[in-house]
Amino acid sequence: MSNTLLKLEKRTAYTLVLPAVLLVFAIVLFPIFANVWISFKDIELKDIRIPEPRAKKIVKSISENQSELKIIYKLRNSSLIQEIRNVQFQDKFPKNISPVNLDPRCNFQSKKVICNFGNWEAKYRENFEITIKNNNGETIDKKTIKSQKPILSGKADNPLLSTSFTLENFKKVFNENNFVELLLTTFYFTFFGTVGAIIFGILAAQLVNQNIQGRTYMRGILLFPYVGPVVALAYTWTLLLDPNSGTLNALLVNFNIIDKPINLLGQKYITMSILGFEFKLRLALTTVIFFEIWRYFPLAFLFILARLQAIPQSLYEAADVDGASPIQKFIHITLPQITAIISILFMIRFIWNFNKFEDIFLLTGGASGTRTLPINVYQQGFAVSDIGMGSAVSIVIVMLLLTFMVIYFRLIGKRANEV
Amino acid sequence: MKFKSLSIFLIISSFFLTCILSIWKIMSTLQGLSFTNLNITTVFSICILLSLAFVLIGKKINHLIKIFSLSFLFSILYFYLNEASPYWYTLGVFLITLFFTNKLKKYSMESLKEDFISEKIIFDFITLFGIVFFAFVILFPFYIMLVTSFKTQIALLVNPLDFSLDFTKSLTELFKSYFVIFETYNFGRYILISSAVSVGTVIVTLLFAIPAAYAVARLNFFGKNFLSTSILIIYMFPAIVLVIPLYTVFSQLGLRNSIFGLLIVYTATTLPVAIYMLQGYFKSIPKEIEDAGIMDGQNWFGIILKIIIPLSLPAIASVALYVFMIAWNEFLFSLMFLDSPKSFTLSRAIQYLSGDAETPRQYLMAGSVIVTLPVLFIFVYFEKYLVSGLTSGSVKG
Repeated sequence: MSNTLLKLEKRTAYTLVLPAVLLVFAIVLFPIFANVWISFKDIELKDIRIPEPRAKKIVKSISENQSELKIIYKLRNSSLIQEIRNVQFQDKFPKNISPVNLDPRCNFQSKKVICNFGNWEAKYRENFEITIKNNNGETIDKKTIKSQKPILSGKADNPLLSTSFTLENFKKVFNENNFVELLLTTFYFTFFGTVGAIIFGILAAQLVNQNIQGRTYMRGILLFPYVGPVVALAYTWTLLLDPNSGTLNALLVNFNIIDKPINLLGQKYITMSILGFEFKLRLALTTVIFFEIWRYFPLAFLFILARLQAIPQSLYEAADVDGASPIQKFIHITLPQITAIISILFMIRFIWNFNKFEDIFLLTGGASGTRTLPINVYQQGFAVSDIGMGSAVSIVIVMLLLTFMVIYFRLIGKRANEV
Repeated sequence: MKFKSLSIFLIISSFFLTCILSIWKIMSTLQGLSFTNLNITTVFSICILLSLAFVLIGKKINHLIKIFSLSFLFSILYFYLNEASPYWYTLGVFLITLFFTNKLKKYSMESLKEDFISEKIIFDFITLFGIVFFAFVILFPFYIMLVTSFKTQIALLVNPLDFSLDFTKSLTELFKSYFVIFETYNFGRYILISSAVSVGTVIVTLLFAIPAAYAVARLNFFGKNFLSTSILIIYMFPAIVLVIPLYTVFSQLGLRNSIFGLLIVYTATTLPVAIYMLQGYFKSIPKEIEDAGIMDGQNWFGIILKIIIPLSLPAIASVALYVFMIAWNEFLFSLMFLDSPKSFTLSRAIQYLSGDAETPRQYLMAGSVIVTLPVLFIFVYFEKYLVSGLTSGSVKG
C-alpha cells in the first residue's frame, strides 16, 4: 500500500516538475553547453543561416488572347558561401494547362511540374522559364498562376553541426585583444562597484533605520534606481554627463568649479594631482562604476536594513546603560550583526557585477577603457561578427564564474555554521 | 570640553545648512536664475552666526518665536550678501532655515555638556545630511528625465541650465514630445508589445512555477536536492553567456523578431527565481491543511488549486510583480532578438531611437518617462509585496 503511494507521489512530483525543468534546460542549460561546441568552431554571424533555395515567380503574357503565358522563376541560392545539394523544384498548375517545350531537367505529371536541379554552388542564380498554354485555347487567369507558389527543397550543411573544430578562438582570446587589460578592467569594475554599493548600502540603511519621519517613503525612494528600467536610467545619465550641453558640466562651469567641460564618459584617463602626487584615473571607467553603485546600492541597502531591524533593541539599551558612545555601539553591536549579510551580499553582487552588460553597453558601448568581458562577448559576436570568438569569451566567463561560485559556497557554508 | 563640543556643533550644523542651501541654489539655477557663485564661505559664516545665536539664546524665549525671528533675520542677511534673487528664492531660504532651526530644538548650552555629545552631534547631522544627500542624488536624474521631456532640444542647447517649464503654453505644446513619439515613432505599438510580453511572461512563469514549487516544497522524489541546488546555480548564470547560442538557434528556427521567442526566453530565465521564492512560501503553509484536502479525496491538482493558491496569494502576487518588472525592464535579449521595428519592445525602441544621433533628446526622454512610469507606479503602489519579494532571494540584476 505505502509502496504504491510512494510511487504515486514520485510520479506526481515528476509531472509537476518536468515542464519547468525542460524549459529551463532548453533555454538556460543547453546554451551553456552549446557555447562549448561553438567556441571550438570557426564560425561567423553570416554562416548561421542554413542556405535555402529560393524562387521568385514572374508571369508574362506572350499571346494576344492570353492562352499562353511565360513564367520566369528567378532562382537563387540564399547563401553566399555554401552550396545546396540536390535541389528539387515543384510547381502546380490548374487543370487543362500544360507546359510547352519543358526544360529537360523537369517533367510534367498530374498537373505538377517537378524539376531536379542538382547542386547549386554558393551565389548560384538562374532565370528559369516555363511556357504554358491552355489546351482548349481559353484565357489563362494570370492571378491564379501567380498566387501558386513554387516549392523548393535541397540539402545543405548546417555549419553549426559540422564536425570541424579549431583551437583558434581560444588562442585569439588569450593572445590578442589585450586579455590582461580586459580582465583587469572587469575586476576593477566588479570590485569597486560591489564595495561601493555595499558601503552606500550600509550608510543608507543606518540612516533609514533611525526614528525619522517619512521613513517608509524614504525606503521607497531609495529603491527607485534599482527598479527603474536600465535603458531609461542610462540615457538620462548620458544626458546629464554630456560634455556639450549636459546639466552636470553646465552646472560645474557655471559655478566656476571647473574651467571647461569634462567628457566623463568619453575620456579614458584624467590626470589628477593630490598633495603633489600626480596620478592617472580611469575616468570613463570610474563614471561607469559610479552609475553601477547608484543603481545597485539600493539592493544592499534593503538587505542590510532588513537585518538591522532584526537586531534586538535590548542590545542597544544595555550598551546605553554601560555608557557606550554611538561609535562604540556601531562598531561593537551593529557591525558584528551585519557582517554575515554583508559577506553574502558581497559574493552575490560580485558575481552579478562581473556579468554586467547592459549598463556599460548603454553608457559607453565599451569605449574609452570600459571594455569588460561581457562587453567583449557582444563585440566579438555581433560587432566583429565572429560567433566562435564570442562563444570562447563566454566560456572564459563561465569558467571564472564557476570558480567564484565554488569559493562562494565554501564561504557561505562556513558562515552558516558560524551564525 | 564645552568649547570643543560647541565648536563641533557650530561647524557640523553650519556645514549641513550650507549644503542644503547650496542644493536649493543649484535647483533654482535650473529654474533659469543666473547665479554664478555658490558663495560657500559667506554662507558658511552666516550659518555659524545663526547656530551660535540659537544656542546662546537657549530657552530664554518661546521656541516658535525664536525660530521665526532667527530665520527671518538669517534670510535678510542672506538676501543682502548674495546675488540679486527673486522673492520666491528667499522664501525658500526662509523655509529651509525654519526647518533647520526647528531641528536644532534639542540643543542648548546645557545639552552641550552631555557625555559623547560631539559624537551624537555628528551622528545627528550625518543622518540629516545623508537623507538629503541620498534623496537628492537619487531623485535628481529622474527629475532631469521628466523635465527634459517637456523642453526642446534648441532651448536646451541655448541654455543647458534652464529647465523651467512655461505653463502659459497650451497643453499640446507642452506635451509635444509625447504626441510626436506616439504619432511618428509608433510608441503605442511598443507599449502594447511590452505589456503583452511582460504579462504573458508572468502568466506562463506562474503556470510552470507553481506546480514545480509545490513539488519541491512538499513531495519526495529522487533528485529533489539536486534540483533545488541547481535552481540556485542556474540563477547565477548571466544572460550574456546564453546570448550567442540562443541567437544562432533562434535564427535557424525563425524565432527571432517574434514575441513568442522573447516570451520563452523570459519565462525560462525567470523560472528559477520564481520557483525558489514560491517553494519557500509553500513550505510555511501547515501540512495539516493539505492532509485535510487529501482526506476529502482531492488529487494534487485540486490541492494546488483549492488550497495552496488561495493560501499563498501574497507570495504569488509578489512573484508576479517581480517577474513583470524583470520582463518589462529586460534589455539584453530584446536587443539581440529584435531587429525589425515591427516587434520592438519599449526598451529596445528607445535604444533604437538613440542610435540616430539626429533624434532630439526630448523624444528620448519622453520615451524613457513612458517606460519608467509604469514600473515606478507599480513599485510605489505595491511596495509591500515587492520588498518582501526582493528580499526573499532575488538578488538578480
